[in-house]
Amino acid sequence: MSWQWFHRLGSPRWFYHNSARWLAWLCPIAAAVVLGGLVWGLAIAPEDAKQGNSFRIIYLHVPASFLALAGYYIMAIAGAVGLIWKMKLSYMVMKSAAPIGAALTFIALFSGAIWGKPTWGTYWVWDARITSMLILLFLYLGVMALQYAYHSIDAASKAGAILGLVGTVNIPIIYKSVDWWYTLHQPATIKFTSAPSMHPDMFQPLLVMIVGFYLFYAVALILHTRSEILRRERKTSWVRELLNEKNQDVADKKVGKS
Amino acid sequence: MHPLRKQRLQLVILIVVATTIVVGLVLYMLRENGNFFYTPEQIISGEAPQGVYLRAGGMVVDGSLKRADDSLWVQFQITDGVENLTVEHTGILPDLFTEGEAAIASGTVDENLVLQATEILAKHDENYTPPEVAEAMNEAYQRKQEALDGESSKELAGEKKYYLDNTK
Repeated sequence: MSWQWFHRLGSPRWFYHNSARWLAWLCPIAAAVVLGGLVWGLAIAPEDAKQGNSFRIIYLHVPASFLALAGYYIMAIAGAVGLIWKMKLSYMVMKSAAPIGAALTFIALFSGAIWGKPTWGTYWVWDARITSMLILLFLYLGVMALQYAYHSIDAASKAGAILGLVGTVNIPIIYKSVDWWYTLHQPATIKFTSAPSMHPDMFQPLLVMIVGFYLFYAVALILHTRSEILRRERKTSWVRELLNEKNQDVADKKVGKS
Repeated sequence: MHPLRKQRLQLVILIVVATTIVVGLVLYMLRENGNFFYTPEQIISGEAPQGVYLRAGGMVVDGSLKRADDSLWVQFQITDGVENLTVEHTGILPDLFTEGEAAIASGTVDENLVLQATEILAKHDENYTPPEVAEAMNEAYQRKQEALDGESSKELAGEKKYYLDNTK
């Protein structure tokens, strides 16, 4: 098997140039899907018979939780690829995925707390689902902290990748926690094995929001990785050339104005 | 694959497998200790510790909710289908608290096996239904029951639970 395509993908310069083209169409699609899903879910979908309008927070809570979990695998796999193939770009993706995942985990916890007050009667309990989700936030924060704990980028990347791999065990625990233990949190509405226990009028906008969040995640990860590439490759000739071009453009505009 | 990379891949797999085994063993040791609440059966049978602060969870039994006229005192029963546990509480109940829905009560069980609760939480299920659909299902259920007229009420018990789950 030829691994050439794989090594080409690992070139930061190649990624930086091509990702600009991907973003050009990915950004508007992501924005359109998220906006469409929000309007559909918050304004058009029917309210819930029992919970009334407060159930609508599901349109933020569930997509954020989905991506908080999926994003952890993306971070851990990027770290593993970095460990095995010593691929610089892969480590940059891992470092970029950490704060995005942490933010999504925080959104999931925070929106869950806001949802919990009017339905359960409390913002927070230490049940298995909520506690394991809090551990996920700490894992993300741990990977972020390790990036700044070493002088050498290589050592920081390796340490972060290993913590990322160790933490993967938490993802199935979060997912199955509501089945393995008695929890305050209800079991999953969207299941792999059977139809969702939700009316189609309510489920369709949720599906749109989940797709929208995946697209948004891709945009955020690419943008963050691009800035990380520029930061780490700032001493290379191609970044210097890029910077000179930008400066030249700015200078030209100034001349044109005056 | 380059032998060095293969070696590193094996190391990565080893890290994941080893942590999974370690954490798996810890969780296996924890088992029921990871539960958020006890069932009424566990409390009545004496499996749950007595005289200490604990949580009990179950469905609120239909028709068991009693309120005091002059205070916020309430009494109701929760069930897991095996045993019923009486709960007493003074305070405001969550909005979603109703008979036929799940609730979690925290407090201590007294010598009469009554849970003196200091906090009541409502536990909602994973089903979401628009009000019109829930109403239509409820009506269909009532028509069906009138037609059968209690003939096979046992058979309907399971269905009734479903309808109650989906309507207020």
